[in-house]
Amino acid sequence: MIQVVVNFTERTYNGFMKVKQKLEILADAAKYDASCASSGTEQRNSRNGKGIGSTTGAGICHSYAPDGRCISLLKILLTNFCLFDCVYCVNRVSSNVPRARFSIEEVVQLTLAFYRRNYIEGLFLSSGIIQSPDYTMEQVVEVARILREEHDFRGYIHLKTIPDASPDLLARAGRYADRLSINIELPTAAGLSALAPEKDAGAIRISMAGLRERIDASKDKTASGKCPPRFSPGGQSTQMIVGADASDDRTILTTSADLYGQYRLRRVYYSAFSPIPDASPMLPLQSPPLIREHRLYQADWLMRFYGFEAHEIITSEHGMLALDMDPKTAWAIQNRAMFPVDLNRASKSTLLRVPGLGVRNVQRILTARRVRAVRLDDLVRMHAPVSRMLPFIQLPDYHPGATLDAASLPARLREVPTVPQQLGLFM
Amino acid sequence: MHTVYLEHETDMEGWRYAARQLIRLEVAPQEVSWCVKSAREPGIQGDIFAMPDSRSGSDCSSQEWAISNHAGREVVGISQYHGKTDVTSSTIFPEQLAPSTHADHLMVPRQFIELARSVILHQAPERFYLLYRVLWRLQRERGLMRLAGDADVARLHAMTKSVRRDMHKMKAFVRFREAIVAGQPRYLAWFEPEHHIMAAIAPFFIGRFATMDWTIMSPNMGMNWDGDVLQFLPGGKLEALPAEDDSEVLWLSYYRHIFNPARLKLKAMQKEMPKKYWHNLPEAELIDSMIAEAGTRTQAMLQRAPELPRRKIIGYKRGPQRPDITGGNE
Repeated sequence: MIQVVVNFTERTYNGFMKVKQKLEILADAAKYDASCASSGTEQRNSRNGKGIGSTTGAGICHSYAPDGRCISLLKILLTNFCLFDCVYCVNRVSSNVPRARFSIEEVVQLTLAFYRRNYIEGLFLSSGIIQSPDYTMEQVVEVARILREEHDFRGYIHLKTIPDASPDLLARAGRYADRLSINIELPTAAGLSALAPEKDAGAIRISMAGLRERIDASKDKTASGKCPPRFSPGGQSTQMIVGADASDDRTILTTSADLYGQYRLRRVYYSAFSPIPDASPMLPLQSPPLIREHRLYQADWLMRFYGFEAHEIITSEHGMLALDMDPKTAWAIQNRAMFPVDLNRASKSTLLRVPGLGVRNVQRILTARRVRAVRLDDLVRMHAPVSRMLPFIQLPDYHPGATLDAASLPARLREVPTVPQQLGLFM
Repeated sequence: MHTVYLEHETDMEGWRYAARQLIRLEVAPQEVSWCVKSAREPGIQGDIFAMPDSRSGSDCSSQEWAISNHAGREVVGISQYHGKTDVTSSTIFPEQLAPSTHADHLMVPRQFIELARSVILHQAPERFYLLYRVLWRLQRERGLMRLAGDADVARLHAMTKSVRRDMHKMKAFVRFREAIVAGQPRYLAWFEPEHHIMAAIAPFFIGRFATMDWTIMSPNMGMNWDGDVLQFLPGGKLEALPAEDDSEVLWLSYYRHIFNPARLKLKAMQKEMPKKYWHNLPEAELIDSMIAEAGTRTQAMLQRAPELPRRKIIGYKRGPQRPDITGGNE
């Protein structure tokens, strides 16, 4: 790899190494944002353009890191210098991590170079707060403006929005971005003021409401008779840190349900707080198990696509999701009276509550049973996870009998073997 | 036994044309053998239009299938149907079949056509047979396409899924390297798709990189875009790819640094980025060392004693609360 750079003149070589160092620092600074989605926006391509780029609406993950996370966008900070002192954040002002700042042009060129090689779907740009929220937001928006207006870049752009920035800057951000996001950071306002003293939960929610209003207006073609200005066609999303404060899963999911309802967010991302370089002594020593984050995502899915309410999903008294079982199975075990469900008679909303049945297979069952009765073999051929479903379903050629009410059922459906956890105690 | 020679691996029109005639003549699926004239995919100029040298070649799909819906009817020779005398001819070239003047009573549901368009891109040689078999059954079993649990329909769904995934992964994992060709930057990539998806994927790359000159090569077929015209090429060799690209160095840095060593989820990674793709992904070479170092890096973070800030910190003051972010006061 060094051979490439040897051919450079000394000046470009130094420039290259400078960009490389900045990229390392500013990717390190950006990795704790979980979102890398490139989906949900309008469809466009470059056939009639001067530049490059397209979006398909579905989003593409161009690579995966060994942390299991999708790499879809060039996810970097413009700078990791920051005036704020958010305890959980690697970039807080009191941290001693190395600092760097990209120039606007460097980010533009890096995005285009990566895009041309098909490494990415686009850019996810965020920034530490420098000078003032407006100054910082202006810099972030300028990167997007240059990409769109000067390079006719038609790939995906996700901009992190700063809640205190002026409405005018937010309007401009929405014109260039496919998605905007403001991080709610913590499930409760009290948690936020304890861990992020410079942030204000009220201001965050006011900003989200403002974004929602503009996003809704941009989709409403009838109001004025002409096309409204483009505004973040991929909607808005947010992120909540899990395990940095004492909030239980019930609080987290209730907050999510509220965010989805009030601000029509496309996604709430959950990020299990993980060890960071130069961590604050105020943080808990123990990071939460990654499986907790996974269960929250499953529960989030149940709320958005399966008709579950936040309060139904938490079945335990201590307000936490079961770690050893997916939340739908846990719910079904608590509500055994509702089962077995006759797959040939039950309504769509009931089918969606059967453990192991996903949205697609529910649709397939509904379609097939209009032609003839669905049997066990059909489920096998649809690649449904039959063994997980069996205790809860009834078919012309199958009935669970006593297995549904057996005291051993929860043990049978547990996913994680308990042995490794016990071993952990002795290590 | 009838033999249909299709023009190329993804000759949907040829397949449709032949299948319509065969259904009309009530030729049962097990009575048809489907062959591809050339193993290449569409659009390659040259011998694609030549007649096959060996008609018993390996391109013909095998008919050793358990077939249950035997029609039990006498098969009428195609040539006779077209008024020729050669009743025993059993070879059908789709282009030789005259369009039927009869009213068309074929049962071809929309869902079947949609599935067939992607199933035909599958690498399995028996796809032509399977599609015809389902079309045959559709003439008798009206709701068949709605039965996702039917063995044949489930197979079509599985094949479609595999083709769609292959196309999706190609969109994701093609990696271009920049080279200067005739004074112009040209972007070159090597990819090994599982199915015959090159022509089907071309519109995606054209739409995305319309103003770039690019070439994507695979073992069976290549394509070349010059900003105006897409040209299909014969298969190539990996060695033709430039060895290096300066931005790839930056990409590798990015890959290394966007990774959080405190959360290893190898199964999740490999589920979406299976090892079979790794040899064409430059960043995959880093994976082993990144995994090996992850534990030590995480321990170091956990064990490091908290430090006082080494810089002077000026407290941040929030500005006055903005009354309404949308600017409206209705």
